Amino acid sequence: MAINHTYNALLKLRHVQQTYASGQRRFTAVQDVNLTIYEGEFVALLGPSGCGKSTLLRIITGLQRPSKGTVLYREQPVNGVNPHATIVFQSFALFPWLSVFENVDLALKARGIPSNVRATRTMDLIDRVGLNGFETAYPRELSGGMRQKVGFARAMAVEPELLCLDEPFSALDVLSAESLRSELMELWTGGGIPTKAILMVSHNIEEAVFMADRIVVMDKEPGRIVAEVKVGLQHPRQRKSEAFQKVMDKVYSILAGQTEPETIELGVAPGEQGRTRSLPNVTITDLAGLLEQLSELPENRFDIYRLPHELGVNSDHLLSLTEAAEILGFVYVEKGDITLTSLGETFAEASIQARKEIFAARIRRVPLMRWLMTMLNNSENRALNWDIIYDALESEFPEGDAEKQLDILIDWGRHAELISYNDDKALVYLKTPS
Amino acid sequence: MGLLQNTLPPKKRIKRPFTWGDVIVILLMAVLLYGGARLSFDSPLIIEGPQISLNPSALPWYTLLSVGRMLGAYILSLLFTLTYGRTAAYNRHAESVLMPLLDVLQSVPILSFLPIVLLGLSAILPERVAAELAAVVLIFTSQAWNMTFGWYQSLTTIPKELLEASSIFRLNTWLRFKRLELPFAMIGLIWNSVMSWAGGWFFLMASEIFTVGSKDFRLPGLGAYLQEASNQGNFYCIALGLAALIFTIVALDQFVWRPLLAWSDRFKVEMVESDQPPTSWFYDAVHTSRLFLWIRSVLLKVNEQFDLWIIRRAPMRLYTEVKTSKRNWKTGIFYSLTGGLLLYGGYRAALMLVLIPSTQWAQIGIGAFATFLRVSLSLVIALLWTIPVGVAIGTNRRVAAILQPIVQVTAAVPATAIFPIILLIFINVTGGLNIAAVFLMLMGTQWYLLFNIIAGASAIPQDLKNTTSILQLSRWETWRTLILPALFPFIITGAITASGGAWNASIVAEYVNFGGQTLFATGIGSLISQATAKGDYPLLLASTLSMILAVILINRLFWRRLYKLADEKYRMG
Repeated sequence: MAINHTYNALLKLRHVQQTYASGQRRFTAVQDVNLTIYEGEFVALLGPSGCGKSTLLRIITGLQRPSKGTVLYREQPVNGVNPHATIVFQSFALFPWLSVFENVDLALKARGIPSNVRATRTMDLIDRVGLNGFETAYPRELSGGMRQKVGFARAMAVEPELLCLDEPFSALDVLSAESLRSELMELWTGGGIPTKAILMVSHNIEEAVFMADRIVVMDKEPGRIVAEVKVGLQHPRQRKSEAFQKVMDKVYSILAGQTEPETIELGVAPGEQGRTRSLPNVTITDLAGLLEQLSELPENRFDIYRLPHELGVNSDHLLSLTEAAEILGFVYVEKGDITLTSLGETFAEASIQARKEIFAARIRRVPLMRWLMTMLNNSENRALNWDIIYDALESEFPEGDAEKQLDILIDWGRHAELISYNDDKALVYLKTPS
Repeated sequence: MGLLQNTLPPKKRIKRPFTWGDVIVILLMAVLLYGGARLSFDSPLIIEGPQISLNPSALPWYTLLSVGRMLGAYILSLLFTLTYGRTAAYNRHAESVLMPLLDVLQSVPILSFLPIVLLGLSAILPERVAAELAAVVLIFTSQAWNMTFGWYQSLTTIPKELLEASSIFRLNTWLRFKRLELPFAMIGLIWNSVMSWAGGWFFLMASEIFTVGSKDFRLPGLGAYLQEASNQGNFYCIALGLAALIFTIVALDQFVWRPLLAWSDRFKVEMVESDQPPTSWFYDAVHTSRLFLWIRSVLLKVNEQFDLWIIRRAPMRLYTEVKTSKRNWKTGIFYSLTGGLLLYGGYRAALMLVLIPSTQWAQIGIGAFATFLRVSLSLVIALLWTIPVGVAIGTNRRVAAILQPIVQVTAAVPATAIFPIILLIFINVTGGLNIAAVFLMLMGTQWYLLFNIIAGASAIPQDLKNTTSILQLSRWETWRTLILPALFPFIITGAITASGGAWNASIVAEYVNFGGQTLFATGIGSLISQATAKGDYPLLLASTLSMILAVILINRLFWRRLYKLADEKYRMG
């Protein structure tokens, strides 16, 4: 509906900030976000996982109250869940014990609509998303794509002005996702729904360029908006077209251009001034797999956005792997390309023992690991209880993350044969070099 | 038979075995007991219960009365569960008090409260009302905790996106309860109800006849009928009473629980069809009948009107500003008042405890040790037979088909109902009561173990079993490397419940009035009953508190550690 752009602001975020406190430290999930969504717009929020885009969506719909800043809907401050907005959830969020009909019906019933009116409206919506004949089916009898259709029907049933999509296609297989995208675009551009604006959270660049009028690019640590890209292409869009590719490349270079100098990249050790960088949650086996794959490619470089498709892994996982490889100096990412460094190449071709040595040498440089090893070295018997390390980390990371980080540290440290861990006694040891 | 996994306490990081919450709760127990004991001073000296008729024609009426008591207690438990669990799940402040409290309440030997509750109530109420009320309260305390835990656990594990969807689609409190919370918790709630009823029968039997000295509390009912029959040595009536009891339990199972379980299969959260959904012939027959459909359509219409009415009356609340200052001020007063009362009560209780001579403390210590030995013995015996039988049932479908129904019916008969019969058998043997007491503990507790072991054995993955046969491990090696480690968490879960139950049972097992004579063994349960009979309230307070402390200590220092080990090291998947 980019054509009927009326420039009426529907929703405004002003200096929105979301912080979480854990112990003495505060964590900024979303920092100083200013964003306006206009009537007739399809906006995509794009960014890596952990950049706060889902948090932002929850703030926008009023599910969550920001720590600071204001949310205005039609110039009125939003207080509580916004009645004019709905969400289509990534995991569908259907009630498993209710049939397709009852799931859609419930949304209408909650608004106090009498049952005879509800019945016709529900049937009409089920019809419109192409699920007629499945009204009495339960979600577990449906495929992922069909479940998400119910999710769309339910969201549209309440005739929202602002339709929020929380990565609605990422839990679907490629084909269903594609057909659902097209169907949604048909409804939206054809004006078949009373929706005034759509806001979609995504980490899939192609999807965003395919659907949105405007792409808001976010980055993490802290979560913030780094750029906005107007797409300005006619619907239906051709993915192979040069103009489409051009927009894609532009978005990629913005996302990948966020790489910072190495000192900041590694962060600082706990307790020191500055930000403690959390380690990406990947196993070393997967990391080695990525490097091997890259080393087999010509020039050891690859378009990062085609990599998930090429390797058949999900893009979130791949982003974590890339991040880990970058921290360890095995790859560098530039202008949407991932390139194997000579160290990475050596690693990919090395024997198991040599790999361990390279890996050990590299992770010694990671401040978090260095901190752990120093702490162990200074303790009696060069061992520490899991709980003690956990307590020390707890003040550095948001709730729940400290445990994960410690697990990753132990996993990496064990792999490098730098530390070992006894699960029975919950003791972390420094391995003495033999 | 995966029912008992529901009772696993929520996984949490346990740092210290004891917290301040425990101290407060134990203090609360002491104050409650003290209050009851104080009241007991004023209870009538002689209480004569109504005559229990052994006429078979009285049985239907007695059965109805017993079921009525159970139902009353169950409704009470359900109301308690829904409110207590919901408050704990949604209010952080409340949670920090309510959950530790529940944890201790769960391990308190309920029967130790019976004398005090009974005597205390009889001082302020007519004895018939007091006895009825005491029975209902006792059954309630045996039913409520596991249901509350289950409900709380369900509420706190509702997937976040379902909660968010409920808010986005503006479900008000009622719709949220009806469409989200209740369905999500339904299967657990029904299984817990089944267990609560089984536990309830045990206490119903114990509370229908309770004789302390010249105070004879009786309630007409199945339990009283059985006790009277065995008191008179009337085998015909014993058989009749047992038949009526088993009939009732089987009927409830067939006409209430099984249909409910079959119906509740739709509330499974998993997005796959279950391969063996629970079935019920009664449910199948009824839910397609015309009458049922007609009733259903009428109910649906009423329900629709009610829903719309309540949605209009109470739409979903917007953010309510948290008035921290005001609430703090009010809770401050509340806490200091309760704190003051607790401290005062604790002080008075301590004064009463000081009166107890050291010889009696020694008696309590010896008694606790003797009961501990009996409990341990009954656990060992239970383990010896339940492990092989449980594994046989859990891993072999043919054995299961034969044994499962037998086990289910046998397990459903409350041990307290058969206790008089066991007494009849063992009474003339030397150390007869000792044997009978261990037997009663065994009867009451072995089923928890058996059902858990069956669940554990049937959960052993097939590929692991295949691996052991490929490796050609000997029978002993297979048990050592696969079966026992796999069963360990289940054995521990079962044993925790079993041990608590055995302590509980000691009160009715170690001191009995039988055939006009009073028999007692050395034990803390016996001491509690003796103190009640003599009207020695300081001793009653001291021995009851000691038993509570003993059980909590054993739970925290022994079982909890094993549970932690089981949870961390031996959990599958």
